[in-house]
Amino acid sequence: MSDDSIRSGRVQKAPENFLSRTGIKEVFAESKKGRRDFIRNAFAAAAAGVAAPVAMAQSNPVPSEGGDSNILNLPEHATGLGQGVATEGYGKPSKFEANLQRRQSPGLTQTTQSSVSFAPLQSLFGIVTPSGLHFERHHQGWWDIDPSKHRFMVNGMVKKNMVFTVDEIMRLPSVSRFHFIECGANTAVEWGNVAVPTVQYTHGMLSCSEFTGVPLITLLELAGADLKNGKFVLAEGGEGSSMTRTIPMNLITSGEVIVAYGQNGEMLRPENGYPLRLVVPGVQGVSWIKYLRRVEVGDKPYSSKDEAIHYMDLQPGGQHRQYSNLQEVKSVVTTPSGGQVLLDKGFYNITGLAWSGKGKIKRVDVSADGGRNWRQARLETPVMSKALSRFNLNWVWDGKAGILQSRAQDETGHVQPTYQQLRAVRGTRSIYHNNAIQSWLVQENGEVKNVQVS
Amino acid sequence: MSKFRNAIMGLALLALASLGAAQDGKYPGVGRAATPKEVAKWDIDVRPDFKGLPAGSGSVAKGQEVWESKCAQCHGVFGESNEVFSPLIGGTTAKDIQTGRVANLSRSDYPGRTTLMKVPTVSTLWDYINRAMPWTNPKTLSTEEVYAVTAFMLNLADIVPENYVLSDKNMADVQARMPNRNGMSTQHAMWPGKEFGSLSKPDTANKICMQDCRPEPKVASLLPDFARNAHGNLAEQTRIVGPQRGADTSRPETKAGTPPSTVTAAPATVTKPDNNEAKAVVASLGKYNCTACHGMDKKVVGPGFTEIAKKHAGKVDYLAGKIKAGGGGVWGQIPMPAQALPEADARKIAEWISKGAGK
Repeated sequence: MSDDSIRSGRVQKAPENFLSRTGIKEVFAESKKGRRDFIRNAFAAAAAGVAAPVAMAQSNPVPSEGGDSNILNLPEHATGLGQGVATEGYGKPSKFEANLQRRQSPGLTQTTQSSVSFAPLQSLFGIVTPSGLHFERHHQGWWDIDPSKHRFMVNGMVKKNMVFTVDEIMRLPSVSRFHFIECGANTAVEWGNVAVPTVQYTHGMLSCSEFTGVPLITLLELAGADLKNGKFVLAEGGEGSSMTRTIPMNLITSGEVIVAYGQNGEMLRPENGYPLRLVVPGVQGVSWIKYLRRVEVGDKPYSSKDEAIHYMDLQPGGQHRQYSNLQEVKSVVTTPSGGQVLLDKGFYNITGLAWSGKGKIKRVDVSADGGRNWRQARLETPVMSKALSRFNLNWVWDGKAGILQSRAQDETGHVQPTYQQLRAVRGTRSIYHNNAIQSWLVQENGEVKNVQVS
Repeated sequence: MSKFRNAIMGLALLALASLGAAQDGKYPGVGRAATPKEVAKWDIDVRPDFKGLPAGSGSVAKGQEVWESKCAQCHGVFGESNEVFSPLIGGTTAKDIQTGRVANLSRSDYPGRTTLMKVPTVSTLWDYINRAMPWTNPKTLSTEEVYAVTAFMLNLADIVPENYVLSDKNMADVQARMPNRNGMSTQHAMWPGKEFGSLSKPDTANKICMQDCRPEPKVASLLPDFARNAHGNLAEQTRIVGPQRGADTSRPETKAGTPPSTVTAAPATVTKPDNNEAKAVVASLGKYNCTACHGMDKKVVGPGFTEIAKKHAGKVDYLAGKIKAGGGGVWGQIPMPAQALPEADARKIAEWISKGAGK
């Protein structure tokens, strides 16, 4: 695509009420009849009060007064004195960003303490999730724990059972790495059919942060762990649920599993396990034990509640896949996506996220016709192992209905499956590990909807 | 000069000290040995081979007592409740106990999946009840109570008889009767490592195709119109600047081409006047676990606070008494246990409810 064909698709500018509701109705009634160019006239006319030239009118046309009042009339912030330093000791987002919130999916759970909140992926940039918007999953509520009273214990098949204070953990050599964390049940409600409207609810149990901490192997070696016979490690939380999970030894001996205290340059947020959490790259979030109080080295797996009742994948024959841990290759277009509205034809940047629990993302392809034809997207740097990667692709919307999809491939060669492929082997009742290709229907009226295609 | 000499001496001593410590370990001064008492308090996990299981026992009868006072509020008298958490009991048969496979799991028309339909190991139940139950007071059951509650659940599922006493001696026999003990598989490629003899090749094999990859797609599934606003107004859930807006789902999408009205410029910030007194009470509802069973406006296990407010407006003493003493039969089958919070706080909550339970 040449850049000559790229024209701005933004027509409407804030404040949004410069078109009357009847005006909007008229516009879209006309557009339904296929007279898309009418939109340009009508929008431009409404904004300018005169008939504007046709042919891809500008999204911010010159008003009849000869200039934009936002330019001609200097605002208060250009003519007055602003606020002083440290007005906010810990800065907050602009008040105009208040729509970005982590949200519960109505009806999903009966309590807020055993529940989940979803990150607003539709409005995030790049690969890092702001810590305050990081998705939450609590099993028995969250706590803000005094770090001076928190302890970490290593026991089991070790030469010496040991305890560490948080001070001591923070004295040890540390690493800082970017990793995604995805709940094993992300996209769970979509196994059988479309159930929720936006990417926040379909894919929002996904976040990515820079984590800082001590490789778990350092602490196991300090305690003299028997890594020859001790093939399994149990990690245990210190809060009410005292979550336990069996952690894959491969990822510990490779140095990837981290006992983390840092997240995006500051300490972990309480909702994310302050002061210590386990980081298990590539593995579903339930293994990233929060409020981590203990690890035990053993010679057998533990079959904990979330390995023997939940977080198992029900297969068509009635068997459950147990100890299914990895988050396989997956991607999703975050803009345009379900619940959004495109206000005009023209240029858009299709953007989204790709990730794999098995390594780096190798490529992402994007389709605008429901998977018939594909174009390779640009992968933005950095592309890191077991971290979110951001992809972008230029797109000129012609005003016709289309179905957007993205398809990721990781460095092991594994390609993200279609729903048909996934259901053919795993059925529709698995709950966990749904990594199918997501479809967004862009309607002629600009409204985007979550769909599944046959 | 002497200062300088001292500094040199100091450095030399430091060097010696670090050499000495290096023999003790790589990171001297970091961590210490855990005492047996400390390990015993925290190392509470129980494995499927029963490593970690403390000696003890508990009867089905005792389990029923514990169940009714501490578990039934959330799980139902027979473990059937779906009000707060997924049902625990049901869906298993005598034949499942023989085969070790729950037949209903292979039926796609069977409505639910209870805990007993899934769990292959008694150790898992014991471990979890011991570490995390009751939900609002985890780790407060005695060893006998944990055995007893486990026995009661197993009896509800007809795995052990009514007069059974579950113990560390017979738990293996019971585990051999678990209805879904043969229902697990590790034949998948989602465990990183060879410990389970897992597969290394993933179970899906999509290919990179770029042109004419499939026939014209048809929309097979989308949200029905009545669910348009089920997740709240999407216009208020998207940034107000950028290449798109959120759809105003508070209005229906008209059949003849939707005018996709979008959100107003100002985000939906809640700017109600501060009511610090009410705020403090609402915060205490979380602290005392009231919200585990009561919603603000809706019934969860017990009635919502505004529902109580409507029925008992102005009755501060009555409400304070009910909070402290518990009660039952007013709002439904499941009784509310007596609550151990300070009298003054119970009274504040009662006053707040009596005035309408506003935020």
